[in-house]
Order: sequence, then C-alpha cells, then structure tokens
Amino acid sequence: MSRLLLIAFDESDLNSCGGFAAKLGLPYDALLLSGSSSVGGEQIFQAGLTAIPTADTVAGLLAVFVHTYSHVAFVSSMRSKDLAARIAGILDAAMITDAIGIESPTTFLRPMVAGAVIATVDAEPPVFITFRPSNFAPAELMAGTVVPMGIEPAPGSKIVKASAKTAGRPDLSQAKIIVSGGKPLKDAATFETVLGGLADALGGAVGATRAAVDTGIAPNELQVGQTGKIVAPNLYIAAGISGSTQHMAGIKDSKVIVAINKDGDAPIFEVADIGIVADLFDVLPQLRAKLPGARS
Amino acid sequence: MRILIPIKRVVDPYAKVRALPSGEGLDTAGLKFEINPFDEIALEEAVRMKERGEATELIAITIGGSECEEQLRKSLAIGADRAILVETTSALDPSAVSTELAAWAKELQPDLILMGKQGTENDENQTGQRLAAKLDWPQATFASKIEKLASGFQVTRETDLGEEVVEVAQPAVITVDLRLNEPRYIALPGIIKARSKPLERATPKTALTVKVKTRSYANPPARGAGIRVNSVDELVAAIAAKGVL
Repeated sequence: MSRLLLIAFDESDLNSCGGFAAKLGLPYDALLLSGSSSVGGEQIFQAGLTAIPTADTVAGLLAVFVHTYSHVAFVSSMRSKDLAARIAGILDAAMITDAIGIESPTTFLRPMVAGAVIATVDAEPPVFITFRPSNFAPAELMAGTVVPMGIEPAPGSKIVKASAKTAGRPDLSQAKIIVSGGKPLKDAATFETVLGGLADALGGAVGATRAAVDTGIAPNELQVGQTGKIVAPNLYIAAGISGSTQHMAGIKDSKVIVAINKDGDAPIFEVADIGIVADLFDVLPQLRAKLPGARS
Repeated sequence: MRILIPIKRVVDPYAKVRALPSGEGLDTAGLKFEINPFDEIALEEAVRMKERGEATELIAITIGGSECEEQLRKSLAIGADRAILVETTSALDPSAVSTELAAWAKELQPDLILMGKQGTENDENQTGQRLAAKLDWPQATFASKIEKLASGFQVTRETDLGEEVVEVAQPAVITVDLRLNEPRYIALPGIIKARSKPLERATPKTALTVKVKTRSYANPPARGAGIRVNSVDELVAAIAAKGVL
C-alpha cells in the first residue's frame, strides 16, 4: 500500500511539509521527533524528545518503525541527510536527495553538479526523500490523531557539546528573505550590525560568502553556496558579493536576487533581477529605513 | 590503525557542466576529471594522521572504470600506501557503492573509513551513512575537526545550527566537510614514489544493484536579464514591485 510518512525534527520542519505531501498525493502520517503539533497527517506520532540524538543511535529503531511506508520524506537539511541515508542504508531502500519536483510517486526531479543540471530519476518504493521546501508551494497539512511514541536511543556516537541556535533568525535553507554579505563587510561586528540589522528588520536570515567565512567575518553555518547551504528565498539581497561560481550555485533558485556592489562588472549582476552599483554601507542602512514592512 | 579512504572520480568541480542536448548524460567533452574534492580532504586528513603516528596504513579504494586509475595514482602520490580499483562499467548509485564498500571493509578491516560528505557530481550525500549502516558502525558526518582518542575519535561536526562535538568508538565512518583541512600540493618525490606503490585491480564482490536510475538530464531554465537602478529610492520601489516582502 502506498503511504507517506513525513519525519520532522521539530514543528518548523512540519510547516514546510504540506506542499510536498500535497504534490505527492498519497495518504500520509507524520512523525515529530521533538515538539508537538495537532496537524501533520492522519496520525501524528510524537516522540517528544527534548534533544535530538545522533543518527546512528536512533536509525535502527526508526527503520523498524517506517518499514511499512512506501515513502518517507524529510525537509532537506544536514541533519535529515545524516539520518535519512542511515535508515535507507539499514533498509537497503532507494533515496532521493534534495528533491525539487515530483512527476509521479516513483519519478522525481533533483539537482546535481551544484544545481547546474537537473536529473529526472526513477526509484521503486520504499523510497526515502529529502526535499527542498522552496520548490513546493505551501499547503496546509491535515489535522490528525496524536499518538505518543517512545524513542530510546541505542549505543553509538555521543554528543559531547553542541552550539545553541542563533538568536531568533530563521534557518537559511527555509528563510523567505536573506541578506547576505562578503568580505567588504570587514569584520564580525560590522557584519552583524550592518547585515544582521537589515535581516532582523525584514524578519529574514543572514548569509555569507565562503570568503567571509574563511576570513572569520561570519560563522561557518551561514555560508551560502555550492559547499555551504543551498538557498531559495523569495528575496536574496547580495551585498558586497562579487558572485563566484560556487556562491551563485547556491542562490540561483531565489525568486528575486538584488545585487549591491561597488564594482559594476561583478558577475553577480549577471544573475541579479535588480542591481545597483553603489557602496553597501550607504545602501543597506537606507533600505532598513525605507523598505516597506521593515521594522526599525 | 588502518584507514580506508574511498575515492570518487568526478568531473572538474570548478568547470561549468551542462547536460548533453540529448538529455542522456553530462557533457564532459574537453573537461578534466579529478578526485572528488571532499574525498581529497579526507585523504589529506588520513595522511596527516599517519604523519602524526596515529595511522599505520592508508588504503585508497575506487569503484569504477579503468580510467579511475588516474585518481588512484594521484591518491598514492598524496600519501596513500596502496590502492584498489574495483573495476566495473555499471551505472552506480549510493546503494550499490555502499554495499560494495561494505564488502571490502569486511575483508580489509579498517579501524576508520574516512570519506567525503558527498561527491560533487551527484551531490547525494548518502554513501558514508549507508556504509556505516551496513557495517553497523557509528558515524560522524560533516567533520570539520578530528582528534584521535584511545579507541575512537572526537569529531567536530558542522550542523545546520553551528557545530557539535561527538565521540565515536572505532571502527567508525567519518565523512568530511570543506573546512577540515586544505589538501597539500603534490610534490614531485610523491609522484615518483607513487609509481612503485601497489595498485590492485579487482572485480566487484557484490552485484552492484542500483536503487535509483537516472532517466534524463536537463539544464535548468536560465534566469532572465535583470534591471539596474541608480538610486536607493528606485531600488526600494523595484523591490516593492516584486511583491516579495
């Protein structure tokens, strides 16, 4: 029987699942590893974990739990790829990474070579899928019956220390608005004040180039590009970003790209929908003051 | 400690790659092939472990056609002690590759399998985790720092939220991320020495059954040309007109 299980690490994942479930068109349930929700699927399994254990300690148990489903889907993220591929390995099941489209329950579209090529792939169920939520139009998840579920991690890798979530900003891979910057931001404090200030005013996330991360201006989890996060916001504001191939590979699915750069010949202008040749230190504070909807 | 380093041959990660007009594959005409850059970082880390006296033997392994010898010779030049080319012309996917690698790991009995988090061609990010699952070994993915413990490893992992430090007992599978190290340039003595290092050609131990088949390849639609504005007020108006705020 064809049936989808959505696996969410917390409620924020679940919010991104509706579009995928609607497009796949199969009856579905949800498994929420932490947090709680009254929508998600016909049955909403809630594990109620306060911290997410390492993938290798829970994959065995989850493999037993999910084996009756034809499709098991996760929002694409580092942690979902870590876990999904481990479970798929246990079950020797097909897995589609970063699905961006569905042709049928056995045929999917996915990007490869950093998005330079789109592959159409076939996989017989059971199939594990991580999908990019920005490629699926938002849709409501159904309300369902909450079913408490116990998850007892098995022995395996142990977390010694974890960094806390950065204050209140949306996750890059799910953000609707991203303000992103490169090396011209000079240092970490300037980066945070100038870019972070505009991002917070717009309720958006902050991104960075690899050069900004490598020079210590921005933390590594903010890196956008082929080797960092692939993003697809409605609005991507690139400030002081010249537009290396590897950076552009990570942003080209954005709906609207705005480029602000002093160098009118920067390659970023080739992909930008709106460009301005100007100093970001002049433009960004004005945007914060003038953009409709920006909170001061 | 013995380390197994799976190496993947990929099309030049810095080249602009397009789909063939027929949609039957990638247009790689005139392009170079390289070691998957993430695998090269894994190999570099293994070589450093050997230089520190933590590892004794480094084995590079590739599954693919005879052309992969080029990448294995380079791996030997970088510092692998020996290399195995599991020869096949079959189409592969992470399921087939991890199943085959698991069979080799059972024979070679490494204490650590160190590999890239993903290949830059298919960007699938599955093989390490699937391999760890098949071997029932612990895994640490997206490593940005690895320290040897008495009988395991302390690994700093990049995560969606920042980073986390985990401990894994050996044997383990560790997949590496970009910031773990910067691979060395290959020195001439390494290239000369590599010629005399053993490169074994072997036949697959498993059926190499794929679970995912690629039907066709296409180029994504190009972005349309944008506009230039001359003032911040025009910029604000242009952004507002897009309806994305």
